Amino acid sequence: MSNAHEVVEKNVGLMIVLTLIAVSFGGLAEIVPLFWQKATTEPLETLEPYTALEMEGRDIYIREGCHVCHTQMVRPLRAETERFGAYSVAGEDVWEHPFLWGSKRTGPDLARVGLRPITEQWHREHLRDPRQVVPESNMPAYPWLQETPVDWDLTERKLSVFKNAFGVPYTDEGIAEQMSKVNGEWANATEEDALVAYLLSLGQERKEAVQ
Amino acid sequence: MSDFWSWFIIVIVVINLLGCGGLLLWNNQISAEEAAKETTGHSFDGIQERNAPLPRWWLFLFIGTLIFSAVYLVLYPGFGKFDGVLGWTSDNQYQKEVAVMEKSTGPLFEQYGQVAIEELVEYPEALAVGGRLFANNCAICHGSDARGAKGYPNLADDDWLYGGEPDQIVTSITKGRKAAMPPMAAAIGNTDEAVRDMALYVQSLSRPDLAKDSQKAAAIERAKPKFAMCAACHGQDAKGNIMMGAPNLTDTTWLYGPRVEDIEYTIRHGRSGHMPPHESLLSKERIHVIAAYVYSLSQGANSAE
Repeated sequence: MSNAHEVVEKNVGLMIVLTLIAVSFGGLAEIVPLFWQKATTEPLETLEPYTALEMEGRDIYIREGCHVCHTQMVRPLRAETERFGAYSVAGEDVWEHPFLWGSKRTGPDLARVGLRPITEQWHREHLRDPRQVVPESNMPAYPWLQETPVDWDLTERKLSVFKNAFGVPYTDEGIAEQMSKVNGEWANATEEDALVAYLLSLGQERKEAVQ
Repeated sequence: MSDFWSWFIIVIVVINLLGCGGLLLWNNQISAEEAAKETTGHSFDGIQERNAPLPRWWLFLFIGTLIFSAVYLVLYPGFGKFDGVLGWTSDNQYQKEVAVMEKSTGPLFEQYGQVAIEELVEYPEALAVGGRLFANNCAICHGSDARGAKGYPNLADDDWLYGGEPDQIVTSITKGRKAAMPPMAAAIGNTDEAVRDMALYVQSLSRPDLAKDSQKAAAIERAKPKFAMCAACHGQDAKGNIMMGAPNLTDTTWLYGPRVEDIEYTIRHGRSGHMPPHESLLSKERIHVIAAYVYSLSQGANSAE
């Protein structure tokens, strides 16, 4: 038997190159083609870009770490669709940057929370003091959100970044319209208003898909 | 999937399988006996490192994985555009799972749907099903014990805003309910005193002992004639009206709290409790079973008293 394997074993540089080639096969076959698949790159027809208020609500959701305990990913299992609603498909997350699928369900999945029969008032009371409405809840309270005004400084830039860098179909007029609302009806909006608006928007693109 | 990406995947998969197989053959050119003689030339403390081939068990395991992957690629999707002979997709696996459950629970729900709610409360299994549906759909507001919270009615007592008969419960779940208590401060005088007087009067309806305090008695007397403004919804006798969900003010059930301050807040700002409709979320039969569960809770409250 030849000792050809000696070449690889005694040459670290070559070994690194060969190892990289070996481990890249899985990614090349399973991940790379997805970047060009319609199912993952085309938004659902029913998908709507976030309003300025929802966009700020989403950033508060990220800031407060909601995604650490709540997923936004309903798997195609009956037990999940029964509880949360239609299972998630790639087309609903095309404009999500970053996506907020989460990985751990300390609390329930929120991908369809906007479709649940829950009133806006409930969301507010629940955010201020979760145990007032759900005694068994171990969710932290977020009472300061109702007193903190939304910081609108970066909103316009965020919308244009989503338009220009991520291809979300905002128009210049659309952004101007959103900004006029920011200076008008939303001028005094609190972070709670923004977060509740975001929560109520979740799942709307799958309204028709709910059994 | 386009042809390009299909072939892209197929080529990678084939190269991988052939590559693994080739490496295996190449490694296996030497028998264990020969290997015993051949060393790599390394020697540590008198121990020689041999150029031994893969152990047999490992070799066969590796061949097993190659066969497994080939069989897998024939049965399941993965080989480019090829769907696999089983035609498996995650969606049809899900649909099958739903169909299996539908097949076993569908007739059950249909059967429950034909039994009147008054009788359905005698079926423990139906109530168990209703309890689980309640936990998933109703408990978030009404509580897992159905005893409600501030602003969310207790369903386990026998006090009802919109009526506690089976068909009234079904309507509440199906169509939802919207309460509209308007702010009343302006109508009763618009002063802090007038609001406080009215709050005391309303409280006194269920607490006659308040009249023993002469100061409070005076306030109650002042507010009494103005209650006509409230009677339009709550009734002259203040016993409420289930047509519009106006609560009975003469009992001790307080949706928004029994304190004078709570009642004052209600008078000042109004209340707009909202039960969302469920007809688009739950089938008729399921609503029927949930209604039976809710109905059974209040029946229990009766017998317990």
